[in-house]
Amino acid sequence: MQDIAEIERELMASVSAAVDLDGLEAARVAALGKKGRLSGMMRGLGQMDPDQRKQVAPALNQLKDTLSEAIEARRAELRRAELEARLAEERVDVSLPVRPEPEGRIHPISQVMDEIAEIFADMGFAIAEGPDIEDDFHNFTALNIPEEHPARQMMDTFYLNEKEDGSRMVLRTHTSPVQIRTMESKKPPHRIVIPGRTFRSDSDQTHTPMFHQVEGLVIDKTTHMGHLKGTLEAFARAFFELDEVRMRFRPSHFPFTEPSAEVDIGCAFDKGQIRIGEGEDWLEILGCGMVHPKVLKAVGLDPDEWQGFAWGMGIDRIAMLKYGIPDLRAFFESDLRWLHHYGFVPLYVPTLGGGLSR
Amino acid sequence: MKFTLSWLKEHLETDAGLKAVVDKLTDVGLEVEEVIDRAADLAPFTVAHVVSAEQHPNADKLRVCIVDTGTERVQVVCGAPNARTGMKGVFAPSGTTIPGTGLHLKPTKIRGIDSNGMLCSEREMGLSDEHDGIIDLPADAEVGEPFAALLGLDDPVIDVAITPNRQDCLGVHGIARDLAAAGLGTLKPLDVKPVPGEFDSPIGVDLDFPADRTGDCPMFTGRLIRGVKNGPSPKWLQDKLLAIGLRPISTLVDITNYVTYDLNRPLHVFDADKLKGNLRLHPGNKGESLLALDGKEYPLDPEICAISDDSGPVSLGGIMGGETTGCTEETVNVFVEAALFDPVRTAASGRRLNILSDARYRFERGVDPSFVVAGMEAATRLIMDLCGGTPSNMVVSGKEPDWQRTVTLRPHRVAQLTGIDVPEPEMVRILGDLGFEAKANGGDYRVAVPPWRTDVDGEADLIEDISRIYGFDKLPTATLPRAEAVARPTLTPMQKRVRTARRALAGRGMMEAVTWSFLPRAQARLFGGGAEQLMLANPISSDLDTMRPSILPNLIAAAGRNMDRGFANVALFEVGPQYADDSPSGQAIVAAGIRRGDTAGRHWAAGGRAVDAFDAKADALATLGACGAPVKSLQVQPGAADWYHPGRSGALQLGPKNVLAWFGDVHPAVLDAMDVKGPLVAFELFLANIPSPKGRATTTRPPLDISDLQAVERDFAFVVDADTSAEQLIRAARGADKTLIAGVEVFDVYEGDRIGAGKKSIAISVRLEPREKTLTDAEIDAIGQKVVAQVAKATGGELRN
Repeated sequence: MQDIAEIERELMASVSAAVDLDGLEAARVAALGKKGRLSGMMRGLGQMDPDQRKQVAPALNQLKDTLSEAIEARRAELRRAELEARLAEERVDVSLPVRPEPEGRIHPISQVMDEIAEIFADMGFAIAEGPDIEDDFHNFTALNIPEEHPARQMMDTFYLNEKEDGSRMVLRTHTSPVQIRTMESKKPPHRIVIPGRTFRSDSDQTHTPMFHQVEGLVIDKTTHMGHLKGTLEAFARAFFELDEVRMRFRPSHFPFTEPSAEVDIGCAFDKGQIRIGEGEDWLEILGCGMVHPKVLKAVGLDPDEWQGFAWGMGIDRIAMLKYGIPDLRAFFESDLRWLHHYGFVPLYVPTLGGGLSR
Repeated sequence: MKFTLSWLKEHLETDAGLKAVVDKLTDVGLEVEEVIDRAADLAPFTVAHVVSAEQHPNADKLRVCIVDTGTERVQVVCGAPNARTGMKGVFAPSGTTIPGTGLHLKPTKIRGIDSNGMLCSEREMGLSDEHDGIIDLPADAEVGEPFAALLGLDDPVIDVAITPNRQDCLGVHGIARDLAAAGLGTLKPLDVKPVPGEFDSPIGVDLDFPADRTGDCPMFTGRLIRGVKNGPSPKWLQDKLLAIGLRPISTLVDITNYVTYDLNRPLHVFDADKLKGNLRLHPGNKGESLLALDGKEYPLDPEICAISDDSGPVSLGGIMGGETTGCTEETVNVFVEAALFDPVRTAASGRRLNILSDARYRFERGVDPSFVVAGMEAATRLIMDLCGGTPSNMVVSGKEPDWQRTVTLRPHRVAQLTGIDVPEPEMVRILGDLGFEAKANGGDYRVAVPPWRTDVDGEADLIEDISRIYGFDKLPTATLPRAEAVARPTLTPMQKRVRTARRALAGRGMMEAVTWSFLPRAQARLFGGGAEQLMLANPISSDLDTMRPSILPNLIAAAGRNMDRGFANVALFEVGPQYADDSPSGQAIVAAGIRRGDTAGRHWAAGGRAVDAFDAKADALATLGACGAPVKSLQVQPGAADWYHPGRSGALQLGPKNVLAWFGDVHPAVLDAMDVKGPLVAFELFLANIPSPKGRATTTRPPLDISDLQAVERDFAFVVDADTSAEQLIRAARGADKTLIAGVEVFDVYEGDRIGAGKKSIAISVRLEPREKTLTDAEIDAIGQKVVAQVAKATGGELRN
């Protein structure tokens, strides 16, 4: 029988000599496999006398352990080398552009409507809506705008074709008919904002035949014009995200409110840009007033018992002001570049807690 | 409404300057639209004395002038034929810019002679088109003074927007009254002394109306003035009219315009020698027409309040006079009219005839019914002052209508409605200054309304006047009481759906558009609309004449526009209204979208492909799901509305009637008609049709029921009739074991040579999720057989070999 030490040398050499995992496996089988050299020697132990066995067996077991460890070590080494070789091979040009993922956008009008709703929800206003195609009563008469009144002519109303009975529907010229519909269908008190499409037959640089308005209505027994002022100031600060916004109430006239006011907001006109919250200039942003007693009567409310305020403003316009969007007409042209540039990432949901814009 | 500062001060005793006046106008609700300070631009240009004007040595038409500017003597080369020694002219020094031409002046040499500055023509000063010579100022003009003052141009023009309720401020006197009430000065009283007539007017006036039309003209006064001398009006009058943008015509006509703007009293002057017989006011006769002062012929009708003489119509009452009976420079006998006309009829007639006139503008808003005679006296005096003549006694037909009314003011209501604490004496003072008369009556006031305030008929009007004059700057800032410490949610389920749909679709990579509610009728017709009932009677253009029956045509057109700009791949959506009829219920909120072109475009790693119906279906399902629709219960029916490809579209519905969505390829004929190239797929989601969840909403989720046991997948391929829907097959397979079968996926669909005609193969993968113990092969086989049996029963399909 060969000297165990020599066998160990030979087998260890065969492990070290393996240059790849296949070679190592062959060496392992040759040594430790069923028909391997060491296995054969282990089988040989049975024929030995006990004394000799006592001497040889531990040595063989020792050798088997040593060899197994060496094989594992070599295997790890070869694996590492193989991985290194593979990594050396594998390369991508990381500067290549990624696969296209279309980016959707929310239109500024929708975003601003959500911002407005968020602010007024906090002040306890629900959102009311109504039809774009209105009848004469809701759009005019109930709002104290009689036939032939100059105010009616000033509205540039779109009419639908006359019906057989001579009546004709209109495209609502303001969101105010929803005030009437709300007060007709629900009992006071009311605290609502009304956003929506409005229409006037006007088209130039700063007017489009369709635009968006939002208006507010509060009806209860105690709300006065000071509340109107406080509400609008709070809104302006929240909406424009400023600590202070200067506001000026100018007496004006609307058939459906009395007293009526137009509201200017302090700003700076600077190189064609308007900056809210700065400067010494004034910019008109909305109309408002105390709901006219005739309007209250038109919906069956007693003006000596119920009172409140209403205001209305252009959504497109305040969107332009807040976000510096120059051209109203582009809002409705659906140019992908415009939508991408001025639109909002859908995850930017306006909240009061997180801030309306980002 | 325009006026100048000095004109205002003819009615208002005040030391206030321009800024104070402008600020106060704004404060009381007379919105200042513009202040035109004509002197500002002309400030650098001064009166200069031409000390000498000599012939230019090198040019026949030029003169070399030595000009005394008051501070120095300069040499100016001048081309004007009227430049002469001793004259006074307007001098523009070097360094200034000529307003009329934009020329910036620098010292220069003209034909070899030094020239410093310029003597200017009216055109160069931007005053008129006159350019025949330089401005020739009067000899007593003071050298070195700004010349604008000399021409009365240092009187700034103020343009205010008068709201429809403030007809009383369509005259300068009314504006002065408001300012005086607001503390800016004292209103000067009007001189309305009657001018005695010297004879009876040979021209009579007959109000010839049926009983129901007497309101057309409640009162008409006339007066003949004989022997007037008409001609250009004096400079002060011309200056006033020019300042407010009116063209001086002749003294008589200029007087009518002046009284209109000064006292808000429209007038008309007839050339009495051109009138035949008496004047008669009456409903217009159909068939007659009038050549009006604007040179246009207007047809009459019975709705018009006409003024005729024996020859026929001579004036449109309250709107415009006739050309043939109007005054000219030759007029010597003038018949002056001051009358009242019905606001509604004047407005309606004026609009129908499309005549905008200063008279119509005032009568339709309502003029002071008590000021007819006084207005006539004011006009008479002016005519006699400026044109001479002998006045007749006044002819008065009809009578001053009863305008007296009183309104009760409960003083506490002022603070109750406005939040402003106005002391009661101040309320009375303000009302008094505005012309009201407030008499204490118990705790209230009986307030007599002045005749010029035709708008005032209730307490709210008085509260408005008191608060605006007292000052809106005194409005308190009050906070609405909070109903809840933490605000409650306010959105309705539908409002939430609209919001969710928007963000879901944008999250899927689509751009939100907002497009017109109207579109061309031809496009409406392609999408099932275009009814007469939904057409605009007065569209802004024929491209926008019909209410949209669907959002899609607008989106498809938008895709076309973007393609024209080189963007072939378009994904657009809009959540908005569409209109089935003109009733409130005919309007539905729809989330509609289109995808056009390729899913990815050209890219080194992403294999793009043409969009197809399943992209639209995916958009529809994802969005419906986000909006809370029971997506698992939706049935898919082949085919959608007519504007979809009949074989490549479908409807998502709950039951046979409730359609929640359409999706699919847009019909090629529709794309052709709109001239937009496909591939283009679309969807329309009818958000209102999503059923509301039944019962009380709970935030508690059902318990999660899952098992850790290994899931098993088994594949089956079935041969079915070609018209069998995949959905039928999937439902059948799922139904084979509702507990264990967790999912069924279609992983292959084949139609072709390898299976028979009229057949197709659908391959599915069935996922089994064991619940309590691992499934044995026998159990799995048994479920497999049930799947095969269920599919066979439901579709007649057989396992493919």
